[in-house]
Amino acid sequence: MISARISQKIAFAVLLVFTIIVLVPVIAILGVLVKNGISSISWEFLSEMPRQGMRAGGIFPAIVGTLLLVVGTVLVALPVGVCAAIYLSEYAPKNRLSRIVRLSIVNLAGVPSIVHGLFGLGLFVLFFGFGTSLLAGWLTLAVLILPVIITAAEESLRAVPVELREASYALGATKWQTVRKVVLPSALPGIITGAILGIGRAAGETAPILFTVAAFYLPHLPGSIFDQVMALPYHLYVIATQVPNVPKELQYGTALVLMTLVFGVNLVAIVIRYFYLRTFRW
Amino acid sequence: MVITLPERVESMTPMKKTPKVVVENLNFYYGKLHALKNISIEIEQKEVTALIGPSGCGKSTFLRCLNRMNDIIPGIRVEGRILIDGCDIYSRKADVIQLRRKVGMVFQKPNPFPTSIYKNIAYGLKIGGQHSKSEIEGIVEEALKGAALWNEVKDILHKNATALSIGQQQRLCIARCLAIKPEIVLMDEPTSALDPISTCKVEELILDLKSNYTIVIVTHNMQQAARISDRTGFFLLGELIEYGETKKIFTNPCDKRTEDYITGRFG
Amino acid sequence: MEKHFDKEMSLLKERILYMAALVEKQINFACRILLERNDSLVDEVKHLEEQVNRLQLEIDDTTVGLIALHQPVAHDLRFLVAAVKVVAELERVGDHAFNIARFALSVISQQQIEPMIDIKAMAAVAQKMLRESLDAFVNNDPVLAKTVLLEDDKADAYRDKIYSEIITYMKENPSSVPVGVPLLMISRNLERISDNATNIAEEVIFIVKGKDVRHHALDEK
Repeated sequence: MISARISQKIAFAVLLVFTIIVLVPVIAILGVLVKNGISSISWEFLSEMPRQGMRAGGIFPAIVGTLLLVVGTVLVALPVGVCAAIYLSEYAPKNRLSRIVRLSIVNLAGVPSIVHGLFGLGLFVLFFGFGTSLLAGWLTLAVLILPVIITAAEESLRAVPVELREASYALGATKWQTVRKVVLPSALPGIITGAILGIGRAAGETAPILFTVAAFYLPHLPGSIFDQVMALPYHLYVIATQVPNVPKELQYGTALVLMTLVFGVNLVAIVIRYFYLRTFRW
Repeated sequence: MVITLPERVESMTPMKKTPKVVVENLNFYYGKLHALKNISIEIEQKEVTALIGPSGCGKSTFLRCLNRMNDIIPGIRVEGRILIDGCDIYSRKADVIQLRRKVGMVFQKPNPFPTSIYKNIAYGLKIGGQHSKSEIEGIVEEALKGAALWNEVKDILHKNATALSIGQQQRLCIARCLAIKPEIVLMDEPTSALDPISTCKVEELILDLKSNYTIVIVTHNMQQAARISDRTGFFLLGELIEYGETKKIFTNPCDKRTEDYITGRFG
Repeated sequence: MEKHFDKEMSLLKERILYMAALVEKQINFACRILLERNDSLVDEVKHLEEQVNRLQLEIDDTTVGLIALHQPVAHDLRFLVAAVKVVAELERVGDHAFNIARFALSVISQQQIEPMIDIKAMAAVAQKMLRESLDAFVNNDPVLAKTVLLEDDKADAYRDKIYSEIITYMKENPSSVPVGVPLLMISRNLERISDNATNIAEEVIFIVKGKDVRHHALDEK
């Protein structure tokens, strides 16, 4: 027989070991990327156009392209997603139809991203005739992250305590006033969290932009929303597999920049959320 | 000893007041559950009316009928009439928004909005279409004074309301309710989350408010009902068993069940 | 909670004091019937008696209400319990005063006899004791209450003295029996009043100190 004390210690040790096992790959990936890529990071690398068929020079257009994609996608997806979430949580009648809608949204999150890419190609690029463009990319990525945003927003809208709604109704507020002035502000931190998750996905995805927006090699910045752009994930894929003889440092450097960018975007969102929680909401 | 006091005016039989609220044969159903059975009651103007009874007896449900707070719950059904100042609040013409501005409510758990003290009170005014800043400021001060909170918060009006103590939060909720100038204030166990000192303050406040408002309070605490109310109604299993002057109920109740409940010999 | 409850408590106290004032007036009138040989005050005494009785019912009702509705404790509880008793004492004083008035009527319908002087002094003592016990009640003054307890002996001594005087007088002048007997009764009622005053004083000590001094009041001293 093992005493309760010892069994507690063993359990604690086992849990610790598994936690470390989870952490190892993350640290390993970061470590390898930093070790191999840090040498190529320089102001020139970040701010110059690629040269010699991407075998030299910088990745500036890919960085700009990715940022444009992320910002545009969130601007498209957030309003749509939040409105849908408000409808679903506050107004939708609790019947079979609304259950089906909700189920569909959850399933949408499970659709492979390449299917999103092909859908975007079919609908936005070809059917609507946007061509391979920023706009088509935004819309495709927006469809991709919508389920994340809707689910997170709906959850946090539902989590707003019924006491607050009652307080508002009891003061003679209409449902819309209550939703707009009490429920939505209280749910905002959760909604922002959803947006953070969406941003992370939009910045890192390759497949949906493959056919809708990404340029293989485009050493200048887009002039309008109907232009193609370069994007970091796709650029990384290209220089790692499609173009021969690209220096290893360049590949690792690009990967490091992509990771840093995603981290950075998330960090900014987290900071915004943190300050939002601390200050008044309305 | 030279004391000459005037003989007390026999004020026990005042002119017949018109009741503020008249409830006639109210039946209330949650789906199939018959929660209130044939309630008829008259609630007097500018008095404190306490509703007591064991948990689940329907007293809160009844209270929430008076400002139609139950409307939020799906699957409810109301029969009978509730007249406030002679108007049936469940008739088709009745405006729920107007009703709730006339019949304010204070809840069991203090529920200030997670924003500043000032904005908590201004909220009800703004949704009512009042936007003049100076007017709102005046009403905020008046409401906080009315709720005996002004001296404690006048310097921190723009601090977050959730930083106040629970007792202060509840008085803030009362102030928020007073700001929209209701005629009736419904209170659903307003002190059950409070410590004894805060409870005292709220009870004193209720007695002060009585001169300007008609107050209906649901309470689990019989002593509280005894201390602060003019009339008491005893609910049991969805029925109004007994309703009358608080002193009468607590010294000589008519119904055996009322007596058992208030003497703690219930069940 | 204190504010409103306190207000009701002081209202109750005012009513008790009002009742006390009526009772004092009643004794005063009753004694004046005897001492001033003025029978016009009888109706007044009777009228006061009715008022006092009504007040007792009203005050008792208020007190029961306060106990039922406010669950008082400590000093408040002692005050309310004592209030019921003080009011009962006052009501009895009222009864005695009414008795005195009745007996006084039959005394003054006949010729005056000597022991009247002592009756006058005794009436003064009883009234003084009652006033002091009420003052003690008003001012929560246990010291004054204690002096009332001590004065009770004086009243008893007067009664004994008057008894023996009147009995002696009646033995000597059998014709004075019809006036002597009511005088005996008056002195007995005056003595009862001083007892009532003593009881009130004891209640005052109970209210203020929470100590029950009845029955063994002065033994401990």
